[in-house]
Amino acid sequence: MIEPVEHLFRQQAGRITATVARVFGIQNLGLAEDVVQEAFCRALEVWPFRGVPRDAAAWLMATAKNCALDALRRERTARRFAPELSEALLSEWTLVPTVEELFSPAQVKDDLLRMMFSCCHPRLAETAQVALILHILCGFSVQEVAAAFVSRHDAMEKRIGRAKKVLATSRKLFDIAAPPDFSARLPAVHRALYLLFNEGYHGASAEAAVHEELCREALRLTTELLQHPLGAVPATHALAALLSVNLARLPGRTDAEGNLLVLAEQDRCRWNRELIESGLKHLELSAAGPEPTAYHIEAAIAVLHTTPQRSQDTDWHTIISLYDALLALAPSPIVALNRAIAIAQIHGPEQGLDAIQGIPDRERLSSYPFYPAALGEFELRRGRVDDAREHFKAALALSRNPAERRFMDRRIRACSDPPSLQSRNFQLEAPSR
Amino acid sequence: MNEYVFLYRGGDRPASPEQGQQWLQKWTAWFKSMAEKGRVVDRGQPLERSGKTVGSDRMVTDGPFAEAKDIIGGYTLIKANDLAEAAELAKGCPILERAGKVEVRPVMKMDM
Repeated sequence: MIEPVEHLFRQQAGRITATVARVFGIQNLGLAEDVVQEAFCRALEVWPFRGVPRDAAAWLMATAKNCALDALRRERTARRFAPELSEALLSEWTLVPTVEELFSPAQVKDDLLRMMFSCCHPRLAETAQVALILHILCGFSVQEVAAAFVSRHDAMEKRIGRAKKVLATSRKLFDIAAPPDFSARLPAVHRALYLLFNEGYHGASAEAAVHEELCREALRLTTELLQHPLGAVPATHALAALLSVNLARLPGRTDAEGNLLVLAEQDRCRWNRELIESGLKHLELSAAGPEPTAYHIEAAIAVLHTTPQRSQDTDWHTIISLYDALLALAPSPIVALNRAIAIAQIHGPEQGLDAIQGIPDRERLSSYPFYPAALGEFELRRGRVDDAREHFKAALALSRNPAERRFMDRRIRACSDPPSLQSRNFQLEAPSR
Repeated sequence: MNEYVFLYRGGDRPASPEQGQQWLQKWTAWFKSMAEKGRVVDRGQPLERSGKTVGSDRMVTDGPFAEAKDIIGGYTLIKANDLAEAAELAKGCPILERAGKVEVRPVMKMDM
């Protein structure tokens, strides 16, 4: 008996919802979601007995089409469907051929992207866009989105509900066929995918599995974006490079007990070579544009942390100059903090502390646990153990999840331990802007 | 060995596609474990949720419209040494995790 590929349901849910929503019209998104759920329940009723069909994805799409036809017949007098199709859907003569056509591979091809762009509606806050993408395109239930964001279920239900309403009142799905519109919305889409990835990479969820799923989904959707000629621009390749290389390192980020490891402690054999190779390829393809984006620079930094065989071979000079370029392009105190850590790597902890003092808006870091942690690390390295301990305690108080708490605990203990434990290369993971 | 029918009743829908897929994997694993013990005679069939009912007066009505928790969603034919063993096998059915039930009924033996 064949098993469906991992996460097949989740991935197809997004694709099928996007298609059904196009047929029904975005104002009927709720009905579209019901239809998709119906199709999946059908699979769960039938497949245990008959086995998983050879082309499970196609089976699900065909079943959703039949459920959509039922819903159209049931609701066509009560509702208005996609305005350009209303006429055709009303008569039984035209209903079936119209729906068949709308579900044909050629028509379905761009649905996922159309929905992705629609979710990045300018009237929605970035966090709402990300939640909506997870819910609609990645098939996460409200409960699962709430868990991923460590938010309360009812709060997330409201947020997603409001976001859907905004989408519904936009009257129609985003038109990705028009090149100027596509290019205008593309940065928002990049940003949402970047934030989705960061939520997985740095997010507050305690579960390693959640981290990985969010990161994988972000990369999957970025890859989808690259399938479209207008989406396959240098910035998308740069984003794909950044996500691939960071995702490659995810398995090495924690030890067997789930403890967070800094780069120097990570077992580089556990990094995913295939993803690193793919990241390098994307970085090459990203070099075609007129000027680099922040994604280009972040990807280059991530690659410099990833390609050396040993962490002591890291090219810190180039990393510092890349941070300078990144700060010029997209100023952020977190980026500046990472730059200070890189400076301390070459020039010593005093220079690192000076660089931190020089961060103009460093008060914005006041709730970021790795800010006091960096201060603690520099103090520790220059032998001021008591100052270091105080900083690590402050960092512990700000920690957002058990892994971070354990990490800070270990640093506090290092303050009482022999120096061999202290001189760790304290390089955080890729910065999140 | 004797034959038994498993009737699957009720069962809540999974809350998300991912949960659904995990649930499906459990069904697959359960059937596999029974097949490896040589207990599956016929994996059976899923049943539509409603149909027609024909009464004693030959009247055909829609339905039955049973409550969701009572609807039979499918059946399987298995064999086991006795009813106790059959019931033990049914304990592995994933429908139990979703508030469903498995009815275990011996197929009547006919000594003719």
